[in-house]
Amino acid sequence: MSDGVEQKNTKLVYKLVFIVLAMFGFGYALVPLYDVFCDITGLNGKTASEATVDEVYEVDLNREITIEFITSLPKSTPTMEFRAEKNKIKVHPGQYYTVNFYAKNKTDKIMVSRAVPSVTPGLAAEYLKKTECFCFTEQTFEPNEVKLMPVRFVIDPELPKKYKTVTLAYTFFDNTEKSVKK
Amino acid sequence: MSAATAEHDDHHDHGPEKGLLRWIVTTNHKDIGTLYLIFALAMFFVGGTMALIIRTELFEPGMQFVDPQFFNSMTTMHALVMVFGAVMPAFVGLANWMIPMMIGAPDMALPRMNNMSFWMLVAGVLLLASTLFMEGGAPASGWTLYPPLVLQTGSALPFAIFSVHLLGISSIMGAINIIATIFNMRAPAMTLMKMPLFVWTWLITAFLLIAIMPVFAGAVTMLLTDRFFDTSFFDAAGGGDPVLYQHIFWFFGHPEVYVMILPTFGVASTIIPVFARKPLFGYSSMVYATAAIAFLSFIVWAHHMFTVGMPMAGELYFMYATMLIAIPTGVKIFNWTATMWKGSMTFEAPMLFSIAFVVLFTLGGFTGLMMALAPVDFQYHDTYFIVAHFHYTLVPASVFILMAAGYFWLPKWTGNMYDEKLAKLHFWLSAVSVNILFFPQHFLGLAGMPRRIPDYAVQFADWNMISSIGAFIYGPSQLIFVYIVYKTIKGGTGEKVTDEVWEGAKEQSLEWTLPSPAPYHTFSTPPKEVPTMSTGR
Ligand code: HEM
Ligand SMILES: [Cu+2]
Repeated sequence: MSDGVEQKNTKLVYKLVFIVLAMFGFGYALVPLYDVFCDITGLNGKTASEATVDEVYEVDLNREITIEFITSLPKSTPTMEFRAEKNKIKVHPGQYYTVNFYAKNKTDKIMVSRAVPSVTPGLAAEYLKKTECFCFTEQTFEPNEVKLMPVRFVIDPELPKKYKTVTLAYTFFDNTEKSVKK
Repeated sequence: MSAATAEHDDHHDHGPEKGLLRWIVTTNHKDIGTLYLIFALAMFFVGGTMALIIRTELFEPGMQFVDPQFFNSMTTMHALVMVFGAVMPAFVGLANWMIPMMIGAPDMALPRMNNMSFWMLVAGVLLLASTLFMEGGAPASGWTLYPPLVLQTGSALPFAIFSVHLLGISSIMGAINIIATIFNMRAPAMTLMKMPLFVWTWLITAFLLIAIMPVFAGAVTMLLTDRFFDTSFFDAAGGGDPVLYQHIFWFFGHPEVYVMILPTFGVASTIIPVFARKPLFGYSSMVYATAAIAFLSFIVWAHHMFTVGMPMAGELYFMYATMLIAIPTGVKIFNWTATMWKGSMTFEAPMLFSIAFVVLFTLGGFTGLMMALAPVDFQYHDTYFIVAHFHYTLVPASVFILMAAGYFWLPKWTGNMYDEKLAKLHFWLSAVSVNILFFPQHFLGLAGMPRRIPDYAVQFADWNMISSIGAFIYGPSQLIFVYIVYKTIKGGTGEKVTDEVWEGAKEQSLEWTLPSPAPYHTFSTPPKEVPTMSTGR
């Protein structure tokens, strides 16, 4: 092998290793990109993570939309009870409603939990506005504590006509371990 | 080092080191090629044994032999071993043996890295295999390692992840080496558009590898930190999203399936013209089609995720983009057929396997197109239909072509002729049984049998039994190949082979101008001229 080839090889290897490192970074860059993409397009049914300001809408009494509530506990949180006061309600766009959710810590230890909301169909998520929700912060439960947690929301009258039913689902995750470490 | 090698080149008789140490410290591309190929063959049987365990359990409905957790470990490990331990290393082995000989280079560009990447592969696969004996068993989440399921793996999880890292680094080093060899080591007469297609397809594959393996490494690292270091990339409770993993995985995963098929295309394009005694039809369109497939493979990943709840626009985009791939793929199939058209064909084992590849791969491509239709994929997704699809694109395609490559180049490697009668027996047993094995799986999938389950409803019993019978024929038939290889190394049929081995092969590509068996060092001085029949001229 002549020196020329060896030099060319070294240079090429540097370039290729650079591509490798860049692609490793790209894998990680996909994480924020994904969130930004979902934020812009509203694709994955995530609702706003903070309360929206109370705004007054014109109530559309001619339109009725069914809102369904689903509560679930993942396998990792068998130590809780969690349900909504109603399975579904009928609402008029523009009007504010409050629905109570009920959760109980069945252990005799302090528990920190986090509820993650999700809306189906995903594209309807941005029209479901919550001024109050237990999902905005972590919830701390004293041993055996029962909590009644209101969710106050409104359906933006701009909601496209094709949506007749919107489902709001909450999953309550036990976050005690991670919170204690923090 | 350059001085030492220059001196080296003056002593053509300088052979390999003596004894076992030769195989551990070797930096010779032929030795390393042999190591890769033997290792891949061994792993083919390890992965194959796992497949037979799966098919034994599925022979009848009900739970017979293994418990469900172990069954799921078997489907997971079977896939990982076959992809990362058998098919990919086998093609790297072929690349090591053939690329320098095809482009008139004395060796790979980075011989010591070559040695390291082989031994890292061995370490990675051993580490992966060791998870079988760990508490909680080997990973059982499927080879896609989806969270949250994969995070329930027992003590095996960090070891499996680390083994993925090792396998990734090993293939990245292999890829870098191949790119450097092709760019910098070609004989002066070997211009890019005179390179045999096997070299071209590997060049493109190597670029795919360095682009995707780091992404996969990143994805599994995120799994690792999610499990042990309290990050929440894929954990909904902490604000992450499990669907994100699927996006990252398939950004790697879809190009990965092309890593296994592009070199397959390359070998097929090398073998078919030799036995059709014609130049390859449409050489440059083959090169462009390969590049097009590689490019498209980066923008179609979510066809694996039609059912995660994408909006309509996403479904449509990924549906049409996926269907686009059928165009360059169709170009290739057309070109192989046109190469055979009016050729004076003979049907030795390599050609038989190649023809079977063209036919059966096309079938796999068609089922791929069916699944590319987003609305109907809701029915096919995660059923045996997709199992049938990718096994048609991998077994009678990649694996058949690897067997073809073995028969095609064994005489060049060993200087001996293999036993054609036995090889034909191997072919016919494989070709018939592979269809008994996988064709019924289409019916099972359409009827709704889910993949990755150890037990099933009785209505699926008949086709499962037939499929298992196919497996029991296909698996053991492959032992014939081992026997033929062994016999060929030991002297074969006794018939001395010529340098070109196959009639007219000298005009096709460079390796056939070398003596058989190929000496330990070849092309220490680059060839003056290069044959161009394999490039269609
Ligand atoms: C015409 C070309 C092809 C098309 C249109 C195509 C399309 C698809 C689609 C849509 C799926 C997802 C099915 C589902 O999950 O419901 C799929 C899965 C798969 N394909 Fe293909 N495919 C093609 C060629 C190939 C080739 C050449 C290979 C490999 C050599 C391959 C290997 C796979 C594998 C391994 C999976 C399953 C991955 C998994 O979920 O475990 N495909 N293909
Ligand atoms: Cu794909």
